[in-house]
Amino acid sequence: MKLKLSTRKAIWAYVFLALPLLFYLGIRIFPTLQAFQMSLYDWHVQADQRSFVGLANYTRMLSDQRLLQAFRNMLWYGLLGVPAQLILGLTVGLMLHSIKKFRGFFRAVFFAPYVAPAVAVSWVWSLLLSPHLGIVNQVLWYLGIDPQPFMTSPSQALPTVTFVVVWQFLGFHVLLFLAGLESIPRDYYEAAQIDGANRWQTFKNITLPLLNPTIVVSLVMATAAPSTGMLQLFTHVMNLKFDDPGGPLGSTLTVVLYTYQRAFQAYDMGYASAIVVVLFVILLIISLIQIRLTSREVEY
Amino acid sequence: MRTMKTFFAVALSVLFVAGAIAPALAQEPVTIRYWQYYYDTKVTAIDTLIAQFEAENPGIKVIHETFPYEAYGARVAAAVPAGQGPEIANLFYGWLPAWARAGYLQPLPIDHAEIESEFVPMVRAAYMNGEYWGLPTGVRTLALFYNKTMLNAAGIQEPPRTWDEFIAAGKAMAIKRGPFFVQLGYGFGPAGQDHHLIREILLRQFGGVPYSDDNRTVLYNSEAGAKALEFYGSWQLTHGIGDVEFFPGRATYRDGFIAGLIGMIVDVSFAIGTIRNGVGDNFEWGVAELPVFDGGEPHNFGSFWMNGLTPRAFESEAKLEASLKFLRYITSEEAMKLWLREVGELPARLSLAEDPALASDPVYGPFIRSLPYSHATFFVDEEGQRQIMVDAINRVLLQGVDPAESMRIAAEEEQALLDAFWSR
Repeated sequence: MKLKLSTRKAIWAYVFLALPLLFYLGIRIFPTLQAFQMSLYDWHVQADQRSFVGLANYTRMLSDQRLLQAFRNMLWYGLLGVPAQLILGLTVGLMLHSIKKFRGFFRAVFFAPYVAPAVAVSWVWSLLLSPHLGIVNQVLWYLGIDPQPFMTSPSQALPTVTFVVVWQFLGFHVLLFLAGLESIPRDYYEAAQIDGANRWQTFKNITLPLLNPTIVVSLVMATAAPSTGMLQLFTHVMNLKFDDPGGPLGSTLTVVLYTYQRAFQAYDMGYASAIVVVLFVILLIISLIQIRLTSREVEY
Repeated sequence: MRTMKTFFAVALSVLFVAGAIAPALAQEPVTIRYWQYYYDTKVTAIDTLIAQFEAENPGIKVIHETFPYEAYGARVAAAVPAGQGPEIANLFYGWLPAWARAGYLQPLPIDHAEIESEFVPMVRAAYMNGEYWGLPTGVRTLALFYNKTMLNAAGIQEPPRTWDEFIAAGKAMAIKRGPFFVQLGYGFGPAGQDHHLIREILLRQFGGVPYSDDNRTVLYNSEAGAKALEFYGSWQLTHGIGDVEFFPGRATYRDGFIAGLIGMIVDVSFAIGTIRNGVGDNFEWGVAELPVFDGGEPHNFGSFWMNGLTPRAFESEAKLEASLKFLRYITSEEAMKLWLREVGELPARLSLAEDPALASDPVYGPFIRSLPYSHATFFVDEEGQRQIMVDAINRVLLQGVDPAESMRIAAEEEQALLDAFWSR
């Protein structure tokens, strides 16, 4: 039987798509589903020795003070870090958009931290912020300001981590906003100018609504994306306080870091899986709400 | 078309013949894997031992694989269930309960009487549920490392023997410029060795005991516990001989000592090699037994990394035989001598631990002399229990919480952890 050329093409397309799909199913989807199953068991290497514990791993979370602290920290990371990423990203994006000279240079400067490895970034900052030997406190002291404990203080440590993360990923959001700004047709601005709109009105009624798709992407990335999202921090937390990850006194502990410790230091895989499942549900709900609230069709 | 058929026919028959021959050939050499975390001197020592072992046992090939300390647990966790892991794994004795319960380890098929008559009593910490689960090449105790050059410059000739002398020496060496320390008398390491220092040493020196004999009840919520934590905290808060956050990095106290910025640290014997290589000729350093209270009794913390067998070692008779042979080899007297020289860990066999020549060695001596009064904490969740004591220290040093209250909180948290373990 002779197939039409278009049909043959389509079949081949599916064949080629099947390979990455299989890979994705095997690497991402299957383990995710497996985590759901594992969360109901007391883990053992041999499958026949795993005991079914029902929801015990879930009820255990309610009385796990360290986990609850990690969830509280997660909330703070989100409240501090996400608005910071977005507002700074948009501000810098607007400034870069409005200049002509050295634009590429400034863009590179803001983007550079993003391409640096998170581990290296964290170590450099931990050197800079070291209370006694770091340059930041030496400069503060020289300027007549009291030296700060930064990562040594249970109250300053979380904002310090947030600062480093925002510093590193700001460039990514700047780039997103720049691309968004470039895509807004110039005609709209010209029309607004003719109508006598001032700068704030132009920003509020043209720039902001037309940037909406960019804001949604930026918001979701800043919140829930693995490794760049404020709710899934791991590498920075681990490396900024290497001798006491998540410390001092659990003040920087994240849910992901705690899960890692439970899974690979205590080998409590069942419990770790249960935490992952809860985190997954929370992130899913937050992302859906964010997309729902911010996605609006804008027509002009 | 015809050529294709011929090709497949030939290919198939080749495969078939190869399949029949391969097992026969494969019977000869047995390959086993040894895993440990990456620690420079340990890696070199094991490589040397493997070369000797393979020369003596031509039928066995040992593959040595190492991973960064932080990734080690994850690698084992991923590899063993997939049937890809090692036959012999090196692990901290405090990880035994977690590893054994999750099935990463199997009991050693070695006679208990043999182990108990030949190894130092500390090895009893590798005994659980009526079985021995691993054997160490070396054991460690703690001692006081001091920077002799710095101490002499401060006008002190001898390392401290009592805690009073220790504080005096610390004060003499600590230097501040404005609000910043530029040199510490003592290098704090809460997550390093200092949590052991409080739990098993200071607390006992104040007359307390950290746990009940069956290891199921936390007993450090006591006067001795509060005194131990208060005394430790006073080094920073009252005497100002150091600051808990000084040198950035991982083993901050040790790295700061090597950099010549810290006068004294409490560290493990296995750090000898690292410190010796790191310091080089930059300054003179020495090792002393841990200080005691005037007229008080000495105590020390003992620990070890041990070699255990994973389920993979039991896959076949040949593998088990080879794995046991290698395990016995790296826990032999000869291996222990090399381990002491290369790594700085103390021999785990009684025959060597009681050797007078070693006990009088200027560097190893203080560690070896501490062996009789060393206690190995029985951990059910080493990371979790360490964190609880580190937090107890930080509450006092960073938040000004009363030491008795901080100890009470820690005891409550740790008891909950122990209860959860034993009830499952």
